[in-house]
Amino acid sequence: MTIMSLSKALNEGMRQAMEDDPKVLIMGEDVGKLGGVFRVTDGLQKDFGEDRVIDTPLAESGIIGTAIGLALRGYRPVCEIQFDGFVFPAADQIITQLAKMPMRSLGAIKLPVVVRIPCGGGIGAVEHHSESPEAYFTHTAGLRVVACSNPADAYTMIQQAIRSDDPVIFFEPKRRYWEKADIDTDSTEWWPPLHAAKVVRPGTDATLLAYGPMVKTCLEAATAAEDDGRSLEVIDLRSLNPLDEPLVLESARRTGRVVVVHEAPVNNGFGAELAARITEQCFYHLESPVLRAGGFSTPYPPSKLEEHYLPDLDRVLDAVDRAFGY
Amino acid sequence: MTTEASRGAEAPPELVQLLTPEGERVEHPDYDIDLTPEDIRSLYRDLVLVRRIDLEAVALQRQGELGIWASLLGQEAAQIGSGRALTDVDMAFPTYREHGVAWCRDVDPVKLLGLFRGVNHGGWDPKEHNFHLYTIVIGSQTLHAVGYAMGIQRDDASAATIAYFGDGATSQGDVNESFIWASVFNAPIVFFCQNNQWAISEPLEKQSRIPLYRRASGFGFPGIRVDGNDVFACLAVTRKALEAARTGQGPTLIEAFTYRMGAHTTTDDPTRYRVASELEAWKLKDPIERVKAYLFKNEQADQAFFDAVDGEAAQLGADLRRRCLAMPDPEPLAIFDHVYSESHALMDQERAQFAAYLEGFAK
Repeated sequence: MTIMSLSKALNEGMRQAMEDDPKVLIMGEDVGKLGGVFRVTDGLQKDFGEDRVIDTPLAESGIIGTAIGLALRGYRPVCEIQFDGFVFPAADQIITQLAKMPMRSLGAIKLPVVVRIPCGGGIGAVEHHSESPEAYFTHTAGLRVVACSNPADAYTMIQQAIRSDDPVIFFEPKRRYWEKADIDTDSTEWWPPLHAAKVVRPGTDATLLAYGPMVKTCLEAATAAEDDGRSLEVIDLRSLNPLDEPLVLESARRTGRVVVVHEAPVNNGFGAELAARITEQCFYHLESPVLRAGGFSTPYPPSKLEEHYLPDLDRVLDAVDRAFGY
Repeated sequence: MTTEASRGAEAPPELVQLLTPEGERVEHPDYDIDLTPEDIRSLYRDLVLVRRIDLEAVALQRQGELGIWASLLGQEAAQIGSGRALTDVDMAFPTYREHGVAWCRDVDPVKLLGLFRGVNHGGWDPKEHNFHLYTIVIGSQTLHAVGYAMGIQRDDASAATIAYFGDGATSQGDVNESFIWASVFNAPIVFFCQNNQWAISEPLEKQSRIPLYRRASGFGFPGIRVDGNDVFACLAVTRKALEAARTGQGPTLIEAFTYRMGAHTTTDDPTRYRVASELEAWKLKDPIERVKAYLFKNEQADQAFFDAVDGEAAQLGADLRRRCLAMPDPEPLAIFDHVYSESHALMDQERAQFAAYLEGFAK
């Protein structure tokens, strides 16, 4: 067992993947000597060389476009997009090329490319550094979309994403990079499958669905709710596409109340998909509509306002209260 | 006072040419080529056959058998010349108009039709032919080509990639990013720009104030303009650039100066934006006629040869038509195939639901 921060867990996971497979490459802006702006790739270039840990020109479309070419040649590139708000120059290559090329080739092509995106707010950053763009990518067929919430998942999920023969959009909760936990790096037996959701806190009265940075917030909300005599189940979805639907539906049927929590704007957010699926398949088990707690339908605000924008413990509990009001 | 037009002006562009429109062989100090009569007859045959494939595809579209077709008419020499310069280990990244290059890479022409008939999005295995899928979004493939070239470097292999694109694509961010990437990584790549003068309705002046090949110097690698209707010159220039790439000398930009003699695609009407005299002028520079003239003048081919090639072309066209019409429509459930390489819960779910739905009609 080793105590690791979430960023270190990602680093160790990538290191392991690079040791396991010489075709694994790291590429992105400042990923080499600097180790990335969040130091997630710290030391990898020193140990694996500049051919495998590639400091790229400053152009996101170029990062993804050349990663596709490397994958066509048999490599497994892991691309770092420096911040969530910088992924959009690469959106064309991700959505139009990366996601669709395997299907266009009738299966002749596989594109094992991982796109790592530090996401979400809460770090007092300037604009374009705090966004939650997951819904753009969950809406795109051909991509797998996952989000880690804690160090152990970061360690396992990054390795599983790299092994996947499909392209994976890998969201990292940037304000949780410094959270620490004990990780068993000697065994893989405890690893859940990449696309399995996890009940991180069992409960009986309502279900909180979250992923990435909001999992911790939901766990804190569940602890607080206990004082009010409410037993909240917290599910860490981990994978948004594909979704571990059976686990989510089972919980919804059992508790009868569901609140989806994400930082992204509620309007047309991923929570809408969850609400629709749960409503369709659990209609007669529900005690209330599926509710959503999330960001407002605005651009991400200046950082002095972000505490009002981001769902926090109280906003989550407020949504839970509303669910019990039906 | 410096006018807008004169700022940045340099000497008039040079054009590498080895065979004049009249079929006269000319020498060039940097780009000579040694071709046997058999080589030249073989180039001629390719030019004629790909023009016939193209003609048949246009006809198939006009008869409703293809949804759309992007004609290569006029660009045969640029494509056959560059395509024949490739070796087996080199990798080509086409746009959607490289039917001549596909021919050089042994892609069955009927497979090109799948995309345009709507039965698939690309029906050949790129690895089998070292010829990537057609790319419709303008310029995206240039980055894929550079990435692939970076892979060649990492494999320590002696091979090169060639990225095809048009004059319009040079305005795309991806193409400019690919130039930067290729330059700083010294990637083994040849950028082959077919400047056919028109990006649908927009003339070159809407894309560039300087000759396109001169863009290369700003990125730090050589650029060269070649007569794109001269198959000898296209072959010689591309061969040299590929060899430079394979031997660690980095990228080259080739601007093949040519002309799109037909419409952009079968949906387009060029009479709305260009004058007929322009086409007439370019017809005098036809890429096939000059090779025929050369072969005749130098008694390297007789009428029997030309008749035989024409006969082969007619046969190829008829065969392509027959096989196009015989192409089966895909099964409805093929919608879900290959979206993911590994099993995917949502695909499985929707496939099963749609199968059950279809089953309902069978009852």
